[in-house]
Amino acid sequence: MAASAPPAGGDRSAFERSPLSRLPDRGLSWGLTSLAISILALIVFFFIRLISESGSTFSTFGVSFVFGNDWDVSRNIYHGAPLLVGTLITSAIALVIGVPVAVATGLYLTELCPRRARGPLSALVDLLAAVPSVVYGLWGVFFLAPKLLPAEKWFANTFSFIPWIGGGASSATPTNYFIASLVLAIMILPIVSAISREVLATVPAENKEAALALGATRWEMIRMAVLPYSRSGIVGGAMLGLGRALGETIAVVLLIGDAPVIGKHLFSQGYSLAAVIANEFNEATGVHRSALFAAGLVLFVLTLIVNIVARWYVSRASRGSRTTGGASAAGTAAVAAEPLQ
Amino acid sequence: MSVFSEAAVSPRRRRTDRLMRVALVAATILALIPLVLVIYYLLKEGLGSINKAFFTQDPSGSFFGAVGGVRSAILGSLEIVLLATLISVPIGIGVALFLTEYGKDSKFANVVRYFVDVMTGVPSIVFGLFIYISLVLTHVGGNFTAWKASVALALLMLPIVIRSSEVVLLLVPASLREGALALGAPRWQVIFRVVLPSARTGLVTGSLLAVARGMGETAPLLFTTAGAAGLTFSLSGQMNALPLQIYNDILSPRAAVVAQAWAAGLTLVAIVLILNLVARAVSRRSRMA
Amino acid sequence: MIPPDTTSKEPSQMSTAREQSEQAEATPDRSGSVESRPGRGIKVRGLNAYYGKQHAIKGVDIDFPANQVTAIIGPSGSGKSTVVRCINRMHEEIPGARADGSVTLDESDVYAPDVDVTAVRRVIGMVFQKPNPFPTMSIYDNVAAGLRLTGTKPHNLRETVNTTLRAVGLWDEVKDRLNEPGVGLSGGQQQRLCIARTVAVSPEVILMDEPCSALDPIATLKVEELIDELKARYTIVIVTHNMQQAARVADSTVFMLDGEVIEHAPTNDLFTKPKDERTERYVTGKFG
Repeated sequence: MAASAPPAGGDRSAFERSPLSRLPDRGLSWGLTSLAISILALIVFFFIRLISESGSTFSTFGVSFVFGNDWDVSRNIYHGAPLLVGTLITSAIALVIGVPVAVATGLYLTELCPRRARGPLSALVDLLAAVPSVVYGLWGVFFLAPKLLPAEKWFANTFSFIPWIGGGASSATPTNYFIASLVLAIMILPIVSAISREVLATVPAENKEAALALGATRWEMIRMAVLPYSRSGIVGGAMLGLGRALGETIAVVLLIGDAPVIGKHLFSQGYSLAAVIANEFNEATGVHRSALFAAGLVLFVLTLIVNIVARWYVSRASRGSRTTGGASAAGTAAVAAEPLQ
Repeated sequence: MSVFSEAAVSPRRRRTDRLMRVALVAATILALIPLVLVIYYLLKEGLGSINKAFFTQDPSGSFFGAVGGVRSAILGSLEIVLLATLISVPIGIGVALFLTEYGKDSKFANVVRYFVDVMTGVPSIVFGLFIYISLVLTHVGGNFTAWKASVALALLMLPIVIRSSEVVLLLVPASLREGALALGAPRWQVIFRVVLPSARTGLVTGSLLAVARGMGETAPLLFTTAGAAGLTFSLSGQMNALPLQIYNDILSPRAAVVAQAWAAGLTLVAIVLILNLVARAVSRRSRMA
Repeated sequence: MIPPDTTSKEPSQMSTAREQSEQAEATPDRSGSVESRPGRGIKVRGLNAYYGKQHAIKGVDIDFPANQVTAIIGPSGSGKSTVVRCINRMHEEIPGARADGSVTLDESDVYAPDVDVTAVRRVIGMVFQKPNPFPTMSIYDNVAAGLRLTGTKPHNLRETVNTTLRAVGLWDEVKDRLNEPGVGLSGGQQQRLCIARTVAVSPEVILMDEPCSALDPIATLKVEELIDELKARYTIVIVTHNMQQAARVADSTVFMLDGEVIEHAPTNDLFTKPKDERTERYVTGKFG
């Protein structure tokens, strides 16, 4: 491409390309940059529109939209506490059930599992993420919910002295907070497990060796050298699982009972932000519709915050501590690769 | 033996070690039980309804008589997701190219990356709402149409394609790029002739996984196409889709319809699994090549 | 219920008045003090080690006399590290690796069928090439790590940790910052911290796998001084690729090549009057 001899007194140096041949490059650069800009603009645009559509709800109901306990379509009253509470309860229980199992699975697969089985078993755990949420809902409604109901009633009876978690055996229905949370736990398990595995794999072998050389048993080595190192990355993974649980719609709407109240017991029916939108928006008009948009806004903001905090947490740990950099960097990388299940 | 029995691990420690090991194994088994149960029940309840009619007829939607099949749902899903793929994959790879070739570590590029990361955490129902607000309510090109569903799904798939593509593009050795640039090739040629071809299999894998995700989503469809039962090929009207069909059928009073929901679920899972397996096979083959 | 600690000897030893006064006399100017104690030696007989199909150690016999420093030298790949890792059975932690033969401490064989591997490692400690203090633990916690495993009570813990830090000569440097992260120390200090961690659980033998190769010369010298003091109490095996180090530190030296012991002699003899031609070629720098 370079000229073999300098042009004699020409208007262009030997190394300049013609403006025409630079066009595709310029065009590509501009095109891709504007693509990236438009993605940003799109998100901001949606956010603004969502806010404007839900504006009337907040002006009508104010803060009680979020904190008031009365969601009544027939009277056009939309105080969404049952929705928010239901979302938070099911997500919290899903975390409590799902994260320990996921981390334990991650530990098994990285520390104890025979090498040859590691790949196939990890793939199997990841496969849990491939099942569409509507199929989990289907399976939950027709198999899991009825199957577990007797056990749930027994639990409610036996532990009736514990407020909320126990009691209410007679009013327990197949669809309730618990069964929705359980299926949510199953759904977040693959994400949390995958991130845990990535983080656990970055623990320096030399620290594990040091623990073993001191005469630690395998579990003690895990407790001394593996878990402390991976803690922040695992917490980040758990928070991403939380974000997933908060926003899950279909499985929850099929399993939570869709009762616009704050259920009195673990095994009572309730509602969630995502579920109410899915259920009610079809025939919603005017105030009702605006209220559903507002619910969507609350959900959006909630998941946004959780996600941002999760990623901040993981990155802070890698910036602030020179020692745990490895685990958190891997956590960030795992977070980046998370959809690749 | 004397020295080592003195220093031996106490029974309590040994018990704890054994207990925890068992616990970890048990947790892994526990994690896999739902997978086994889901597949088992899909097969048990769904296989019975899989026959020729299942694939060749559309859902009748009636309260009596034949239930029909799910042909319109399967074809509808394929069409809607195909359009979504055609939208999201080129755009996604484009943005990823921007990030790796032009933006690199600049502040703007990092902002984009951050936004894309955040986008992966947005629930699918919120994407549905977005499209509902901007396209459906404004009656752009009709009310509920299939192409709007494709746009919603494309939004969902976009961050997946962008992130996986960026990872893959970054893996292309810098030496390859530099070699081409040193030969005097303009950047766009380096991208299209060197970078993209060498990243090809990774890009395909990432896109396949995004497609698998798109096939399984229900919530965005609720707001945009609201499933018509009949078979249509026009994307500018309502169209059926597998997840929609299943969702609607779950609460049907007719047992035969519910049975069909299981069969449809089985079909959907089979499609998603095949996509996942193909993606894995493609990436493995590229690694061995 | 915490079983009585039978292995932590130092606190009970420190309790006699005579030793306490000795300690008080000895410490003011000296940075380290290691109480002498007759140690136990190691005999390796017919040791074979494999990495999968690769036969890395071929029927090796070595005596490591008590209270002495024995160095193992040889070119890369000669199997020096592998031998040492077979002594505390760390070798088998590598997937596909195994070993057989006998490694006896006094009369107890490390490879006897009913022996608890964790007990072996308690009694035979190891210091690694790259200093590896636990990154999430403080200096104090690092030294205490091994002791906590056996449920040493907190007040015993403090005494032992302080004594150990004095013994390795770190006390003056870290006494004001025991709660700071172990990884905040310099390389040489980190390695001495790792030695303290190993020594805190009162092993009989200390294995050192190229302990100074990641350290600068001054830190190296400090560690070598420490090794010289430690042998009063422990039996020390040190793998090194640095022949000058072997000459400075070791009472006797083993030369290995291709998984076999070529020669084992008092250090001076090995370097000045090697019996085997291969040894001579190595120590005069003709290869390796």
